[in-house]
This record gives sequence, C-alpha cells and structure tokens, in this order.
Amino acid sequence: MSTTSATPATPSVAPTPPPSQPGGAAALGRAAAAALFSLAGLRQLGVCVLIGLTLALMTGPNGKAAEPLGAVRHAILAPRIVTYLIIAAVLWLLIALWPLARPLWSMGQAAARGPVTAVAQQRFAPLGLNLALLIVAIIMPMFFSNAAVTWMVDGVGIYALLALGLNVVIGYAGMLDLGYIAFFAIGAYTTAYFTSKTAISAHFPVSLNPFFVFPIAFVLAAVAGVLLGAPTLRLRGDYLAIVTLGFGEIIQLIANNSHWTNGPRGAFGVPHLSIHLLGINYSWKLDPKPYYYLLLAIIVLVMIAFGRLERSRIGRAWAAIREDEIAAEATGVPTLRLKLLAFAIGASVSGFAGVLFASKQFFNPQIFSLQASFLVVTIVIFGGMGNRLGVVVGSVVLQGLAFYLRDKVPATDRFIYFGAVVIVMMIFRPQGIVPSRRRKREISLAEHGVGHADSLGSAPTSESGAR
Amino acid sequence: MGFVHQFWQLTIDGLMSGSLYAVIALGYTLVYGVLQLINFAHSEVFMLGAFGGLFAARELVNNFSDTPSGMASVGIVLVGLAVGALCGAAAAFTLERVAYRPLRKRNAPRLAYLISAIGASLFAVNMAGKLWERQNVTMELPFTNGTVFHVFSAEVNTKTLVIILVAAVMLVLLDTLVARTRLGQSIRAVAQDADTATLMGVNVERVILLTFIIGGLLAGAGGFLYAMTFSASNNMGFIPGVKAFTAAVLGGIGNVRGAMLGGIVLGLVESYGGYVFQASYKDVIAFLVLVLILMVRPTGLLGERLGRAA
Amino acid sequence: MSKHRAAGPGRAVLVPGGPGGESPAGDPGADLVVDARDLTLRFGGVTSLDGVTLRHHRGEILAVIGPNGAGKTSLFNCLTGAYKPQQGSVAFSPEPGRSHSIVGKTPHSITKLGVARTFQNIRLFPALSALENVQIGVEMRQRYGSIGAILGTPRMRREERSGVEKSIELLELVGLRHRVHELSASLPYGEQRRLEIARALGTGPKLLLLDEPAAGTNPSEKLELAELIRTIAGTGVSVLLIEHDMRLVMSVAANVTVLNFGRVIAHGTPAEVQRDPAVVEAYLGTQDDDSVGESDAPAGDLVGNGGTGRDQH
Ligand SMILES: Nc1ncnc2c1ncn2[C@@H]1O[C@H](COP(=O)(O)OP(=O)(O)OP(=O)(O)O)[C@@H](O)[C@H]1O
Ligand SMILES: [Mg+2]
Repeated sequence: MSTTSATPATPSVAPTPPPSQPGGAAALGRAAAAALFSLAGLRQLGVCVLIGLTLALMTGPNGKAAEPLGAVRHAILAPRIVTYLIIAAVLWLLIALWPLARPLWSMGQAAARGPVTAVAQQRFAPLGLNLALLIVAIIMPMFFSNAAVTWMVDGVGIYALLALGLNVVIGYAGMLDLGYIAFFAIGAYTTAYFTSKTAISAHFPVSLNPFFVFPIAFVLAAVAGVLLGAPTLRLRGDYLAIVTLGFGEIIQLIANNSHWTNGPRGAFGVPHLSIHLLGINYSWKLDPKPYYYLLLAIIVLVMIAFGRLERSRIGRAWAAIREDEIAAEATGVPTLRLKLLAFAIGASVSGFAGVLFASKQFFNPQIFSLQASFLVVTIVIFGGMGNRLGVVVGSVVLQGLAFYLRDKVPATDRFIYFGAVVIVMMIFRPQGIVPSRRRKREISLAEHGVGHADSLGSAPTSESGAR
Repeated sequence: MGFVHQFWQLTIDGLMSGSLYAVIALGYTLVYGVLQLINFAHSEVFMLGAFGGLFAARELVNNFSDTPSGMASVGIVLVGLAVGALCGAAAAFTLERVAYRPLRKRNAPRLAYLISAIGASLFAVNMAGKLWERQNVTMELPFTNGTVFHVFSAEVNTKTLVIILVAAVMLVLLDTLVARTRLGQSIRAVAQDADTATLMGVNVERVILLTFIIGGLLAGAGGFLYAMTFSASNNMGFIPGVKAFTAAVLGGIGNVRGAMLGGIVLGLVESYGGYVFQASYKDVIAFLVLVLILMVRPTGLLGERLGRAA
Repeated sequence: MSKHRAAGPGRAVLVPGGPGGESPAGDPGADLVVDARDLTLRFGGVTSLDGVTLRHHRGEILAVIGPNGAGKTSLFNCLTGAYKPQQGSVAFSPEPGRSHSIVGKTPHSITKLGVARTFQNIRLFPALSALENVQIGVEMRQRYGSIGAILGTPRMRREERSGVEKSIELLELVGLRHRVHELSASLPYGEQRRLEIARALGTGPKLLLLDEPAAGTNPSEKLELAELIRTIAGTGVSVLLIEHDMRLVMSVAANVTVLNFGRVIAHGTPAEVQRDPAVVEAYLGTQDDDSVGESDAPAGDLVGNGGTGRDQH
C-alpha cells in the first residue's frame, strides 16, 4: 500500500522546545496553548467530545422502540452529560499535550526505537513468574464466594480454555474463525448423546462416562473443522471468517430446530464427571471448586502443550506462513495443510471444552450464540494474540470485570463495551495487553512494509504485493 | 399442491428477497473492489438504515387515522427510503472513519481490519439493542396491501411490487453510476490498481470514503424496505448480511453486475429450496450455496474484477 | 518422462545463425536436471513467456540473462510452481534416471522434490532470526508432527538438535555465523541475500534457482558471492542463475541462456552470447554499432540496471 506508505500515524505537531531551557515555564505555556488551539488541537477536541458523547450513550439508560430518541435524550440532554464533557476535556488535554510531555518521559529510554530490534533470541516468561501465577490461581478460590468460584469456572476458566484454542487459529496461524463456539456446541451435544439416555432425545445405546467422551468430541470437532476448512482455506484467508460465521449460525439453528437436540429446551441431566480407577472413586458434583481445579489443570497442560508446539518446527512454520506465505511455500512449508492443522487444533480444543461444560451443567442452544464466538475473539485480541499467558489474562480481566460489574452493567450491555474494546485495541495496541514478542515484531514490521502479520494475503489496496 | 403449482409464487417471492440481497450485496462488492476487504460490519449499516427509515415512516403513518393512499403512500415510502439511506450512509461513514481509516493510515495487516469490523459490529448491534430494545419493531404499512396483478397462478401484491421496483431502480442507478460517471471511473480505477490510480491523480482516500457511503445508501434504503415488510431488530442484519455476502461471492466478488445477478439467483434458489426442504432450514441453503460456490467456482458466476464489470 | 530425452536436437534452443552455434550444449543424450519445453505463460494480454525451452545439464551453473521484463522471473516461477504455464512441460530430474513432471504441482511439493529458490525482492521471514529462517528450510524434511512436538518425543528432540546444527553449518557456509540470533530484517542487504541462499540450501536442493543474487550488493560482496556459488555447485547442486552483472556471470557460469520478450534469443558460453548480435541488439535497442558488444564484453554489465526491479518474486 504505497499510497500512505510507511508514515506512522503520529499526528503532525510542531517541534517543541526542550523543556529544560531557561524561561521554560513561559515557553512551555506558549507551546501548550499553541498545541491546544492549533487546527489539529481543535480537531482533537472535536474527536474527544464525540468520544465523551458516545460514552454517555453507552452508560446511559435503556431506550424504547416506541420513542426512538428517548434514550439519547436521557443520556445526553441531561445533567449527567457534564461528567462526560469533563472526561472529554481531560482526554483532550492528555492527547493534545502528550507531544510536549513525551520528551520528558522518554529521556531515560533508549533513543532508537525503530521497527526492528536487532537480537531476536526468544525469551519466555521466567519460570518464577509462571509458578507465582499458578500458586495464585491455586489459592484463589479460597478467598471467594461460591458464586464467584462458579463464575471462575463457567465464565473465566472455560473461556480461557476456548481462547487458548482460538489463539492457535488467530495468533499462530493468522486466520480468523468467527464460528468458534460451534465446535463447543458439537462437544456439548456429543456429551449429551453419549453419556445419557435422557439428556436429549438422541442417545447412544450405552451411556459412557463423560471422560470417555473427551477423545470422541476432540476428534469430531477436528473432523468438522477439517471439513469446513478444507474447501475454504484453499481460497482467500478472509473467506474463512465468513464461512465459519455462517457455520456457527447453522449449528445454532440446527440445535434450536432439531428434534434430536431437544430444540430450544436444551439438555438436562448430563451426568457429572467421575473417576473409578484403581480403587479411586471420585465424582464431581455441585461444588464448583473441584471443577475449578480440574479446569486449571487442563489449562496448564494445554498451555504447556501449545508452548511446545509454538517452539517446534510446526510453530516456526506457522510463523513463516504469517510473515510470507509465498516464501514459506517456496521453502517447502505445506501451507494449506498447516493452516488446516491450526484450524483443526483450535476446533478440537473448543470441542473438548464443550464436554467439560456439558458435564457440569444444563445447557441450551442460546449458549452457543454468535456473541459467544465474538466474546472469545475479543478475549484473544485483548489479551494478546499469539501469547498463551496473554489470552488467559485476557479472559481473567474481561470476564472478571464482567462479574465485578454484573450489578452495574446489564449482561446484554457488556457487548457494547467488548465491541469498543476490540476497536480501541486494533487502533492503539493490536498486539494486546500481554503481547507475544514475535507477533508484536511482525505487526510492527508489516506496518513498515516488511512482510505480513497474518495469512490472509496482502493488505487492503495493494493487490500486487501478494504475487 | 405440487411444486409446479407453487412455482410462480415461489419465483415471485424469490425475486423479492433476491432483489434485497442484491442491494445489500453491492455494498460488500464495492468495498471489496476498492479495498480487498470483507466489510463485516456492513450488515449493521443495513440494520441502522432499517431503524432510521422505519422510525421516520412510522411517525408519518401514525399521523393518519387510517391507511394512507395515493400520493401520501408514495411520499411516505420515499421519505422512509431517504431517511434509511441517509442513516445507512452516516453509519458507513462513521464505520470507515472509526474502524478502518486509522488502520489504513498505519498500514495494518488485513487481519486487523476484520477484527476491527467485528468490534464495530458488536458495538452497533448491542448499542441498537440498548437504544431500541432487543425485540422486533414493526410499523403499519403506508399503503393497502392488495393483489395488484397475477403472474399465471401467482399473486403479486403491492408490498412485493414496491420492493422489486425500488430495488430495480436502485440497481440501475448504481450500474449507471459505476459505468458512466467520473466517480464510477475513479472507483474502477482504484479497484484495478490503487497505486496507479493515485499516480493518475485519483484521490484514493476520497474514493474509498465515497464507496462506503454509496454502499451505505443502498444498504440503508434496502434496510427500510426490509423493515417495512417484516420488522427491524438489533440483530436483524446478521442473516441478510451473510446471504448478501454469499450473493456477492456467487456473482464474483468485486463485480457489480455479478452482485446483482448473485442476489437474484440466491433469492430464487432459496425460495425453491425452502419449498423442497423444511422452511425452518431455509437459511441453511444460502450457506450451502456459499460453500458449494467456493468449492466449484470461487471466482463466481461473472468473474471477480470490478473494472471488468461495467 | 524420459521419453522426452531423445526428442529433438539440443540445437533447438540456439539462435539460428548465432555465433554461439558451436556451443557444446547440444548433445541429445545429455543428463539434464531441468528439461523445460515450450513454456508459454500469459497474463491477460501480456505474454511473459512465449515457447521457452530450457535445458540445464546436471551439475552445471547456467545463467539466464535478459533485459528488464524479458520473462526471467516468470521462468523461475514456472519452474517452482508459483505460476502454472498455459502450455509446455517441465521435467525435473533430481538424480540420473529419475524424473518428475513439475507443471501443476504445488510449490512446496516441488521444493520437496529438490528445487529451491531465492527471490529477486528478498523474501525472508522478517520477524524471525537468521537461524530460524534457515531452520524452516531444514525442517521441511523432518518427520515429527504436532503430537511429537507436544509430547517431546526422543525423535523430536533428536531432529530439533540436528536441525539447529545443520542450520548453523549453513549459516557458517554463507558467512553469517556471527548473526545467528539476529533478526533477519535487521541484517544488511547483502547478508539478507546470503541468508536467503542459506535458507534455500536448507531444503536440501538438487537444483538451486538464484534470482539476481548480486543485485544491490557491493563489488567485494559480489566476489564472495561468486565464490559461494562455485562452492555450492561443487557440492553437486545444479545452479540456475538470473543475473545482470556480466562479470559475475562470466566468472561462474558455464553457459548462458538469453531471454528477450519471453523468447530464448541465444544460448552459449558467456563469451559467445556477448558477441551475439541478437543479444547486443536486445540490450541496446536497434543501434547499429558493432563495436559495443565487443568492447564492453570484458568490462561488465550488459545493462546498467543492477536490477532491484518491481515487486515480484
Ligand atoms: N503476476 C503478473 N501479472 C501480470 N503480468 C506479469 C506478472 N508477472 C510478470 N508479468 C509480466 O511478465 C513480463 C515478464 O516479467 P518478469 O518479471 O518475468 O521479467 P524479468 O525478466 O524477471 O524482469 P526483471 O529484470 O525486471 O526482473 C513483464 O512484462 C511483466 O509485466
Ligand atoms: Mg525478474
């Protein structure tokens, strides 16, 4: 895309005098005024006011269809708007004066921060930090109520596991899967089918322990993933996004309409997990804590497994595909097969999570909505695509906030915030809050016109680059 | 009641939904043409246009004590279309400015655009749900819906006729715009090669913005037609969106006439298919068509180039 | 595919009446590593290859030259599966007596057969280290899969270790031992070109295609490069080289094929083609100046352009 070539998006600001000069205060004041009341500064004011109004609308009261502008009036033409205008003003000061403050802030930092850092030795989070986090995770449930621990399983844990799987698709292979929850549904319904004669109207002749369903669901989801991915991935990578979107919707439609799945009523009475092995008899029942620890163990294992995958030839080949698909092919990397592999691995993790979920509680088709898929995408993006720890942190933070704010923000409104978070992250921090070093480097290099950072083909408006 | 007996009725129904798909599909195809980008949030442009048009037209209809007729009906439909189109255009403009332009300025990878579009879509759907409730909103028709004429055994009622006529007019207008005007020429130039177009003095940023706006106008007006006949709701955009995208791929994404043809063909296939299979699985048909076309002829019926289309 | 072998004399590729006529390339029973016949590649209205025939003897360093837009890169793209020619056949023979038809195969499977390449516009994996870049090439022949990687099987560990060792050896060979852990995008231009060669060698090729490997490098780097190419050829790898720098071509290539407007216009030893009037004309337009080709011959470039052409392979 040479039309806007490699100019970084920093707003153009007149060079500012070094703040340490004599007479600094007055000069600084003049510079500040100039920055604020320049054309660019006033534009920024406009943007900030718009942001303030949007926030007012987001946090305002709910409206009614009978009175289309009612909500707008109550949110904006009301005293509460003052708060948001103040927020807008503060934001404006921060943005417009940032160029003045930057020299102060960056004085202690190394000067050259080009797109390329010279040494690429892979460094992983130190073992100590990981252990500390693990210990925190282990003792956490002791400090929380039962309701909170239940959420730590259903909301945080399951979604962390889902995000780890989707991270293989988005973070490792550089593709987008928007129907990810469909595989979760496949896992859940498979569990109901194999473990109980009554949960849904279709059932297997013998009822199995849910533990035996893990491999079945794992394989089924992977097969579904391959069937869906194979025809699509051969074409442009972005088609995968819309095909999976459609697939997600179809699975929900079938779950809702089919007689086999009990339709909208959903599945009741899937047996809980239990172990009967070598004299050990243990059953998971209603207490959420044992589920929590089981899930924690699974998440840790999955993280270790995917870490090894990432550092293996498979992970390197994925990186090669993201950075330059044509060069990867020419270097002997079977790109189509590896993309399918990533897609299938992601799908099977989702199916696996579905078994866990189904064996814990009642479910109906509503759980497998499009929004659930989008939530997983949001978690991966927010946490940091390509970083295993990042996506888990993403789930903890976003879902934790959702729980913390459950009385203040209605559940349905959450997705307004999630949507905003996704856009803001894409604009300001596409690598996420806990970035993967490799991913971050790729994104920054791609923005400077070196290589790519996904496997969707060339960037918009530069068709010729892909050849 | 065999298929043959129903054939004409199914054809009329298919044409009606097909022409709506075509109108929405143009937005996908135009944006894909200039940016090689699936604008995932286009379905929300459609939804916002639907709400805008519906609210405006409903306000007017409510002023009448009984169903309007004659010029009043025409006027109300036109106002609904205009407001819907403007709301759609405004939504598309905002979308381009907020979700896409910052990324383009930074030369972001393509994945970022898709994700940003998902964010915008989530935001819009749920914001609409917050502002106008999460349920179907309907309006009284601004005209008496009777049978206008028969095509063999099938009845063509006013509603169907209005939709097909309005859609046809919009399609013709757009085709003329792309084929004959300076703007259309610029759009085709950018679609073919943005770099060269820049060298030739085309303001690419402006063309991109206008392309979004044109797509928004069409989708918004289409949204009003949809809302008037069925209903509007915050998540109404999703299924017509996927179908319109399917139509665009079916015709050859990036190809304007392809999108029109694709919409009509998809509408018909769906209509016949819905009769043959169960009606509740009608939405599956479009998806199967999408997967099938990707497997068999991924460049679509008419091929992919916007430049070649007109 | 060996039935092709007997067909037609080698002279078919020579320019009729050209002074290169006495070239040794023409014996019909030759052991060819590449036997490409009648390749035609069109893009819409543009014909970038027009009935090109190329015969590359095993172990030989063969150069392909030609003015900008002559179709050299397109030829490479057809040989590596990046483009599919509308007409013609390519037989690749990794070792005597074994031959594969290449047209229609995917690029990675062609690489697996033993064809590796570099790109005219360097295409490294920019955010990976030099070592990782070469590893990707080396690892394409490894066998362990995702399950092996997750379980950390002994075979995986063994292959991982030998992959790193082999990659470091290759980096040593191209003179980048000191850059192992550096980001490939941060290397100087000339080193990036050599890294690309190391990556290609990592795939264990029998045929190496180099697309303008000397473009944008300085004279001392060119000397090193010539040395490197000879070393590579010395290990039994056949080398097909696109190059504008005639001095480099003269110093390494046994034979030269000249393309112009998608057609082969000459073939022979470097000295022969340089004297060929058709070649001189292709490079200098229709100027009727006999002395140019002669007097310039020892001096260097046939074209002024060092060739960092457009954004293509
Ligand atoms: N993908 C493509 N699409 C359209 N035309 C192409 C494409 N690739 C090559 N061409 C055309 O084919 C012709 C030959 O190009 P090619 O890149 O093979 O030349 P070359 O000999 O490598 O030139 P250079 O010395 O500049 O690298 C050119 O006219 C070019 O424009
Ligand atoms: Mg070339």
